[in-house]
Amino acid sequence: MDSEQSFPQPESKPPGRERPVLSAKLDAAFTSVYRVFAFLGRFFKELFRPPYEFNEIIRQCYDVGYKSLFLICMTAFITGLVFTKQSRPSLSNFGATSWLPSLVAIAIIRALAPLVTALICAGKVGSQIGAELGSMKVTEQIDAMEVSATNPFKFLVVSRILATTIMIPVLMCFFAGFGLWGSYVDVHSNESTSFTFFIEKAFEKINFMDIWTSVVKALVYGFTIGAVGCIRGYNAKQGTMGVGRAANSAVVISMFLIFIEEMLIVQIANVFR
Amino acid sequence: MKAASQRPLPGQAAQPVIALHHVHKAFGENVVLRGVSLDLFPGENVVVLGRSGTGKSVLIKIISGMLQPDSGGVRVLGDEVTMLNDKQLQQLRLKIGFSFQHSALYDSMSVKENLEFPLVRNKRHLTRRERRMAVDRVLDAVGLSQTIHQYPSELSGGQRKRIGIARTLILQPEIMLYDEPTAGLDPITSTEINNLIREVQQRFNTSAIIITHDLTCAKTTGDRVAILLDGHFFREGSFEEVFADRDERVRAFYDYNFTG
Repeated sequence: MDSEQSFPQPESKPPGRERPVLSAKLDAAFTSVYRVFAFLGRFFKELFRPPYEFNEIIRQCYDVGYKSLFLICMTAFITGLVFTKQSRPSLSNFGATSWLPSLVAIAIIRALAPLVTALICAGKVGSQIGAELGSMKVTEQIDAMEVSATNPFKFLVVSRILATTIMIPVLMCFFAGFGLWGSYVDVHSNESTSFTFFIEKAFEKINFMDIWTSVVKALVYGFTIGAVGCIRGYNAKQGTMGVGRAANSAVVISMFLIFIEEMLIVQIANVFR
Repeated sequence: MKAASQRPLPGQAAQPVIALHHVHKAFGENVVLRGVSLDLFPGENVVVLGRSGTGKSVLIKIISGMLQPDSGGVRVLGDEVTMLNDKQLQQLRLKIGFSFQHSALYDSMSVKENLEFPLVRNKRHLTRRERRMAVDRVLDAVGLSQTIHQYPSELSGGQRKRIGIARTLILQPEIMLYDEPTAGLDPITSTEINNLIREVQQRFNTSAIIITHDLTCAKTTGDRVAILLDGHFFREGSFEEVFADRDERVRAFYDYNFTG
């Protein structure tokens, strides 16, 4: 049935299972780690290689940022209000309620804003990315992109990771703003403090290093949420069960990594402080 | 209805658009293809018949470069697929249309966006008006102009298949690969899809490999039929030639489809 042509032969590989180098489980673990780094390596390679999917990046930024904004702002306002309310009795025992704005500002800007924003987005955005890409994978939509001469990695993965990396810091700024506003509402209702005085006191103890560290944290968390969601979704298997697993593991792994990163970045920031 | 295939007559030299040469493929210990060879000539529709799990879909995934064979040669439009880099493979894929078993329409996009998707990325020089004209042209070809603003979830199975075919046609491919085009469809819709495959062959002058286990589809759409069994082509020829065979495996296939 074949024509008379000369075929260059690809390197032939005998069929059958290869013997594990260490043990089957260890081999699988190292292979998984290799695949994660290969995936991240491909992300950085595709990131700088044209053509760029600007429209898709903007659409993803809208999805990640604008659609999470209300949730972030509400959570931040309530967190600021409750945090101030809970801290007041302890400080009033020492007659130090005037320190409330500084205390709340340090807590929100240094720790709560990047961490809580990231945790909320890990749940909301991470699961969405995992499920969306997972579903596309098991219904062959990613394969369909590939065979229609489109680079699915650039369109789906690069745009999503970029969107989360850009938008989590933006959402963090909103969290900080609304958190301080919530705190101000409580302080104002108890001490009739003016807004200007509250802001002055709040930023008295905040320096450039605090803000810079929080921005770096938010960038790292944003990248983590996007990357984990994409890795889990893009490699989803086994039908609908695989989609559920991809969404679930995207959230769990992101949250776990965010806490590890929080610990490391705080340690590094303390060295420079 | 049958289009005139350009398969060469004995003694006539013609370059096949697809040439598979002793292709082997295994997944772990499961050997799927054991030295498969096949030529597809310009303007020809070849139907690959076989039971589920015999490696039919693997075969067309190897042709489109989505899977790598373990050994053997895969030449498509003169290019050895296994030797191409990413960019060359992408260029080759512009000439190959792949219609998926479950259509694989992008469910977050409307029909219009689905059809424009490959155009926007591969023919960037086209204006919005030219893109719209291309969309209208392929929608007209599959007879679904009215669905342009609908989403895949609003379409029937047959309509989704048609839109899937339209999406591949928009890049004006030279080769079409159909993966189970009539699977899961009622007999009337299946007939419509079979007729559409023939129309595509004639109107767009394509060559095609059609993967199916539906003998009505094979009879209607194929100029040539090849039965894949135990990892290699067991019988090959016209539908009538192949099913004139008294081999019980061939008869079992025929009887199951036509006499129930």
